[in-house]
Amino acid sequence: MRRRDFIKSAAIGLGGLLIPADKSDASMWERFFQKYFREMTSEEKKTVAKKLEKDYQDKTGVAINVRTTDSQPGVKFGYGLDLSRCIGCRRCIYACVTENNLSRKPQVQYITVLEFKNGEKWVSDLEESRKYYNHELVPEPGHFYMPVQCQQCANPPCVKVCPTKATWREPDGIVAIDYDWCIGCRYCMAACPYGARKFNWAEPTVPPDQFNPNTHYLGNRPKAKGHVEKCTFCIQRTRENPGKYPACVEICPVGARKFGNLLDPESEVSRCIETKRVFRLKEELNTNPSFFYFFS
Amino acid sequence: MKEKLFATVILAVIMFYVLPGLAAAETDIPKLTTTKPPFTEGIFPCSSCHASMPPNKEKRVLAFHPDIQLKHGGNWCLDCHDSANRDMLHLANGDLIPFDKVYQMCGQCHGNIYRDWKTGIHGKRTGYWNGDKTYYLCVNCHNPHSPKFKPIKPLPVPAKPLEIMKVKSTVPVVIEEKKLYIPEYDKANDKANEKANEKDKSSHK
Repeated sequence: MRRRDFIKSAAIGLGGLLIPADKSDASMWERFFQKYFREMTSEEKKTVAKKLEKDYQDKTGVAINVRTTDSQPGVKFGYGLDLSRCIGCRRCIYACVTENNLSRKPQVQYITVLEFKNGEKWVSDLEESRKYYNHELVPEPGHFYMPVQCQQCANPPCVKVCPTKATWREPDGIVAIDYDWCIGCRYCMAACPYGARKFNWAEPTVPPDQFNPNTHYLGNRPKAKGHVEKCTFCIQRTRENPGKYPACVEICPVGARKFGNLLDPESEVSRCIETKRVFRLKEELNTNPSFFYFFS
Repeated sequence: MKEKLFATVILAVIMFYVLPGLAAAETDIPKLTTTKPPFTEGIFPCSSCHASMPPNKEKRVLAFHPDIQLKHGGNWCLDCHDSANRDMLHLANGDLIPFDKVYQMCGQCHGNIYRDWKTGIHGKRTGYWNGDKTYYLCVNCHNPHSPKFKPIKPLPVPAKPLEIMKVKSTVPVVIEEKKLYIPEYDKANDKANEKANEKDKSSHK
């Protein structure tokens, strides 16, 4: 036997040992060799989505639809939040949890609603804010509220630090994650100045009857322990044509949340930016967010 | 003469074929629908009672509408409601408008808000960001008789970092016809939260 042949067969043999015998069916191989989402052709995306659908069906018993819709040309998503209207009722948090199949236990939430006393230190320094306020009724007199979620930065610090390129910015401005490419190192969480990225510290659980079956590969499909996730502007809703508003926009009882195409001068967000006093959170960090806070 | 005739024919063609075509193209613009005004059940049409009642313009306590607390500037019922046609509202100029065009009424005084509402800055829209939208009417959020937004009950406090496993279950609540799932915490956790909250409050007073 030649030296080269020996090494070849030894490598194949060892490789085979790495995969447990009881699970070494074809799907295991497919999962192991699943490509990076950005390198898949649209055919491959479809195949992978089909396979994931089957996996999730086996795992949760719910028929889940996994879409891989691409971004639309001529669209840059933008978000507006009217701080003079928000009353801190937390409806957005749970609309998001429900829509995006976020783990109920351990609890994962994309949106954080912060409460400030009027005149408190604010914006550049959130240390005086309260996240765990518990009033009978809101708004509490003399206080104001600021929800924070992923700001979908045009210059995202989280993307720069990812060692596996599992997160990137899509052409429509959404910072997406290929969960299967995430190794859970949480560098992105350390890099994000908004605390927008959340980690699944344990196996995420969603009761099967509470599952939202309309999912997107880059959005609300079921996640696993050790995956980082975050707001995707409800990519499974907004990428469709016509695209629904994100869940947080639709639930807001005071209409403080605005969503639309920044490249369309008639969209609600563009109108807000044009006519209202607008600021972006921690703008001085040069993150260039697509999330605009404004006062009407 | 011939040229004139030709020009007239061309003009006629433009008017009868091209212009309606342009108008048809406008229907491609996303449809705008509004929600329905939130009437108390069985209260509308108003004329079913008021048709047989003579209008009384005196300011008084309304025996049949005790739930109406009028806290809206110095207005009185018939400033907005029409005494002759009870199922309509009337603008300051006397024009009658139906209840689901109430924004025209509100816009008479709140012009800046009306302008913002039309562009989508004020108020709420649901539907599709690049398609058909439903605009909420002023009266869907503001009670027209006392328009200040009323405080509401907030949904549960999020779990603290060390307590994310102490969620007992998630239960459905229905808000605006949408089912949301909110957490129920273990009892001990609730108490701890309350304590923490009190501490939080006292440290900030």
